[in-house]
Amino acid sequence: MNELRDLYQEVILDHNHRPRNFRQVAPATHHAKGFNPLCGDQVEIWLNIQDGIIKDIGFTGKGCAISTASASLMTEALRGKSVKEALELFETVRTLATTDIPPMNAAGKLSVLAGVRQFPTRVKCATLPWHTLTAALKEQEKTISTEEE
Amino acid sequence: MSSFMVKREENESVQFPVTQIRKDFPILDTEIHGRKLVYLDNAATTQKPVAVLNALAWYYQHDNANVHRGVHTLSEQATRAFEAARETVRHFIGAGHAQEIIFVRSTTEAINLVAQSFARPRLGPGDEILITEMEHHSNIVPWQMIRDQTGATLRVVPINNKGELLMDVFEQMVSSRTRLVAITQVSNALGTLNPLREIIHKAKSHGATVLVDGAQAVAHLPVNVRDLDCDFYAFSGHKLYGPTGIGILYGRADLLESMPPWQGGGDMIRSVTFEHTEYNDIPYKFEAGTPDIAGAIGLAAAIHYLESLNLVQVHAHEQALLSYATEKLSGLPNLRIIGEAPRKSSLISFVVDGIHPHDIGTILDTQGIAIRTGHHCAMPIMNHYGVAATARASFALYNTMEEIDVLESGLLEVMKWFKK
Repeated sequence: MNELRDLYQEVILDHNHRPRNFRQVAPATHHAKGFNPLCGDQVEIWLNIQDGIIKDIGFTGKGCAISTASASLMTEALRGKSVKEALELFETVRTLATTDIPPMNAAGKLSVLAGVRQFPTRVKCATLPWHTLTAALKEQEKTISTEEE
Repeated sequence: MSSFMVKREENESVQFPVTQIRKDFPILDTEIHGRKLVYLDNAATTQKPVAVLNALAWYYQHDNANVHRGVHTLSEQATRAFEAARETVRHFIGAGHAQEIIFVRSTTEAINLVAQSFARPRLGPGDEILITEMEHHSNIVPWQMIRDQTGATLRVVPINNKGELLMDVFEQMVSSRTRLVAITQVSNALGTLNPLREIIHKAKSHGATVLVDGAQAVAHLPVNVRDLDCDFYAFSGHKLYGPTGIGILYGRADLLESMPPWQGGGDMIRSVTFEHTEYNDIPYKFEAGTPDIAGAIGLAAAIHYLESLNLVQVHAHEQALLSYATEKLSGLPNLRIIGEAPRKSSLISFVVDGIHPHDIGTILDTQGIAIRTGHHCAMPIMNHYGVAATARASFALYNTMEEIDVLESGLLEVMKWFKK
């Protein structure tokens, strides 16, 4: 089935099987816990941010292939990026996971997550790590600056 | 008979007209992703037979009016059908009086009614409520609320790794401080069938009141509340081939009489002035507002349908499905069944090494197979087994051995996707 092939692309299966940066970051400057009450999946995102740059990022938790691969791909994509770029990439991922708009070039490897479009019940799996990331980043906004909103 | 020794030929020799029965459920002809629907999510909700669909349509086409109100003919017809449904339920669970049957929305609402109307006014610090580790959230959270509202203590009877209740621990925990035991008859996440008679007998010898969550039981085995000697029994219509939105609370008449109303409104009163309201008799005292009349009538139709098939035979058919599925799934590599109590209802929870239940569920769905994946509203059980979620296949009277073969090959397909 083609939709299934779109969902479980090689990249997804690979990142599920061998998740990258599957670890706590120490010391972590930012941290948040994400939870999908529908399935009980849990993900924790750990960040070390210096001068607005993500120096290190990792994740821990238990999740399905989609959420695990999404978290793994996210950590790969975000290391070395600025907080602003990270938030932009979150928007990119949200767009590609939930709309019919063709993935933007900016998405790069993350465009494999577009496979969830055809599986509405699985969109949350793909976006959970990203929502958790923004929760971790907003901690900073509250205490340090008000970059957005 | 040993559950693992059953051969498929023997199962099929059970005289149960499943091919004929399937014709009563139009939805079973549905195609999902171009494949024939294999519906194995019956513990979440069952499909509805034509008899129920017709009863709902008939009611709205011919009898629709509000109950217990008008003097006009339709109101009388609706009231008669609604009260006949109550009598059908009474007979179905062996209650002594129709006034002991309260129509509610769901099992959840039934348990909350008992919590708020029975437990809350009576309990205080020093009193204990006993539940078990295998309860559904709906038989946990209402008691946590009572604990917080009254200062009573909530205690949890543990299970072993097979998913059986630790009866010796239960016997140590139950005491004169135990005011209420709230326990499920069948675990929705494990399938375990609890030794209710023994539990109720023990609880009562200490003077405790017993509420049974029968949501997962009534569609699968004959239930008699007087035989069980429970004080309250709660179940839902929609897991019993009836409509959603209707549930039942059975309560012993003397207890119901002694309880204050839970919700106020129309139908639950005898007379109202701004100074004083006199409440109606049971069961109406607990049925404020216009009830789900069609739902009650639909539920009665479902019960008549089930009784026409004979629950003893239904149970035998489902146990044959369970044995066959247990044998098939046990043979699959890296698959672990969660819940292996010797006495189980017809459902199998399982996990597969390295494959998350959600991925199993999605891939099976593309083959037309509907199972449940997740924590099954029983997160404490998930914690007990150290998993975030399980996959669950649950069987009903219309399922077949062929469908279990389809499930088996579906799972092999899942495993292919995640081959390392």
